[in-house]
Amino acid sequence: MSSIEKKFAELQRRGEAALIPFVTAGDPNLATTLKILHALEKGGADCIELGIPFSDPTADGPTIQRSSERALRNGLSLPRILQLVRQFRRTSEVPIVLFGYFNPIFHYGVANFCRAAARAGADGILCVDLPPEESAELKRWTDAEGLDLIFLLSPTSGPERVKRVAGRGRGFIYYVSVTGVTGARQALDNRLRSQVARVRRATSLPVGVGFGISTPKQAAWIAGFADAAVVGSALIERIEKAKGGAEKARRAGAFVFELKRAMKQVVKKS
Amino acid sequence: MPALTELERAYAQARRDPSFRKEFRQSLYEYAGRATPLYFAERLTDKLGGAKIYLKREDLCHTGAHKINNTLGQILLARRMGKERIIAETGAGQHGVATATVAARFGLECEIFMGREDVARQSLNVFRMKLLGAKVRVVEAGSRTLKDAMNEALRDWVTHVRNTYYLIGSVAGPHPYPMMVRDFQSVIGKEARRQFLKAEGRLPDYLVACVGGGSNSMGLFYPFVRDPQVRMLGVEAAGRGLRTGKHAASILGGEVGVLHGSKSYVLQDERGQIRETHSIAAGLDYPGVGPELSYLRDCGRVQFVSATDSEAIEAIKFLAEVEGIIPALESAHALAAVKRLAPRLAKRQTVIIGLSGRGDKDMMTVGDYLGVTL
Repeated sequence: MSSIEKKFAELQRRGEAALIPFVTAGDPNLATTLKILHALEKGGADCIELGIPFSDPTADGPTIQRSSERALRNGLSLPRILQLVRQFRRTSEVPIVLFGYFNPIFHYGVANFCRAAARAGADGILCVDLPPEESAELKRWTDAEGLDLIFLLSPTSGPERVKRVAGRGRGFIYYVSVTGVTGARQALDNRLRSQVARVRRATSLPVGVGFGISTPKQAAWIAGFADAAVVGSALIERIEKAKGGAEKARRAGAFVFELKRAMKQVVKKS
Repeated sequence: MPALTELERAYAQARRDPSFRKEFRQSLYEYAGRATPLYFAERLTDKLGGAKIYLKREDLCHTGAHKINNTLGQILLARRMGKERIIAETGAGQHGVATATVAARFGLECEIFMGREDVARQSLNVFRMKLLGAKVRVVEAGSRTLKDAMNEALRDWVTHVRNTYYLIGSVAGPHPYPMMVRDFQSVIGKEARRQFLKAEGRLPDYLVACVGGGSNSMGLFYPFVRDPQVRMLGVEAAGRGLRTGKHAASILGGEVGVLHGSKSYVLQDERGQIRETHSIAAGLDYPGVGPELSYLRDCGRVQFVSATDSEAIEAIKFLAEVEGIIPALESAHALAAVKRLAPRLAKRQTVIIGLSGRGDKDMMTVGDYLGVTL
């Protein structure tokens, strides 16, 4: 059982949904990101998605685009991101999913990347622009290195696709709550509950929901029917506004704490 | 991904459907002004003193470039699929104008994504698009050029996928676009082949075309791919020079990567981040290239060379003075390569240049470059 699966099983026993915050590695620098990661853990994060910045983030809205641009301005590279994961691992066991686009991974070398990521202590990989149909090579290496390769499903995914992803995914299934790109939304789609139920019937993997979740209230609503809520842009907006590394980490931790507190008050029905 | 599967199915059906093919053909000939001439450039041939040179005059198409061939094909497909809204990316603005044109012709809502940099250097085309009833969305992200316009169009597409058709203008992007755009553009090569056989009674020795994303070159080359005696030359934009790093030559200066859903040669840095590109020709200013062109290069079927900004400018002046034809900056890259090639060839040898567009849109840029105030 992978660390991610163990974490979900443990939460399942407690009747809790996981909170998975997303931050971009190196925004605005790696030292700050390390502080933020520790603050996220302290605030109650169950798993962390660490974004690998890319010059052309086609699945991301303006907030994460800006975040990636800031990170890349400082010459951030994959080895340095893995170094950060290694540092974090010295004191923390919170599972980490590396979330990114395929080209930097491909350029680094898929096998090398998976080996290095596993050694650094990462637990999962989510490659947002690599559909399951094209993922055979990456999957071979994530499997070999014991990393969970996580796939996305969205409201436009038909039954065939749901089945395919359910069969190939590991760790959890990431359900994209909206047709669109990442970014905080005022309102989430009411049909989300039934859509998640549809995915759940096709898989024994936990189902997490992301894209657009921005308030404790929304996170709590998600916690009522899904196994995890992923919060990215709303968190990054807070980090963006805060001045200085310590303050950024403090604000991030406080927001995650609020989200988790709201989620804990919900008894999961599933 | 489901949207691409839907598109793939719709296109597979349409291309087998005689009524679709007939409608496409009719639109090309009656609306877009085809067939375009294959013109024997006699004075150009004399001046260069070598091979006999023909120009495939896509500059005479409606809207001034080959782009209309593909937009007509795709808008007919969009209509078949019941989509109400058309979006497109544009660099030089030619694809944007061609898309706005067909959207107006078929009464569909249209939005064009264009980088801030390109909006500034192609203001005339921006105005044309607006006049045609399209909304122009200025993209401020990244390098503010074609790739960023494409990023933003992709984001819009995934957001409005149910009613929106994304009309990609090049043989780049995810499958089935590279194949579909190639098919729609291959009317260029089919016509040229027929016209050349009629004029010369044999096949040409060389085809030469500029390559940005690669739609006009694939269109010209594809119907000749199985004719081993026909050599093909793709001309990439060397910008200020390949060694300066300020260029857009993805095949000559890039490495294999994955951009916008296809695996191909990509201009990238040592971290796998996409590099900013430069070319005086906005239509060539793209860090990727069609995957099929990458393949044709790797198996040796197509050779690649490059031409710089200043060579392109020289080529525009040259063709204007010698033949009375002002080519687009993009097409001028192909001409620049032929200026070097033709004198080395024998007089019995023949060359077809893909003259992909006309130069009207570039007058401000050329004026600027030459220090002339218009």
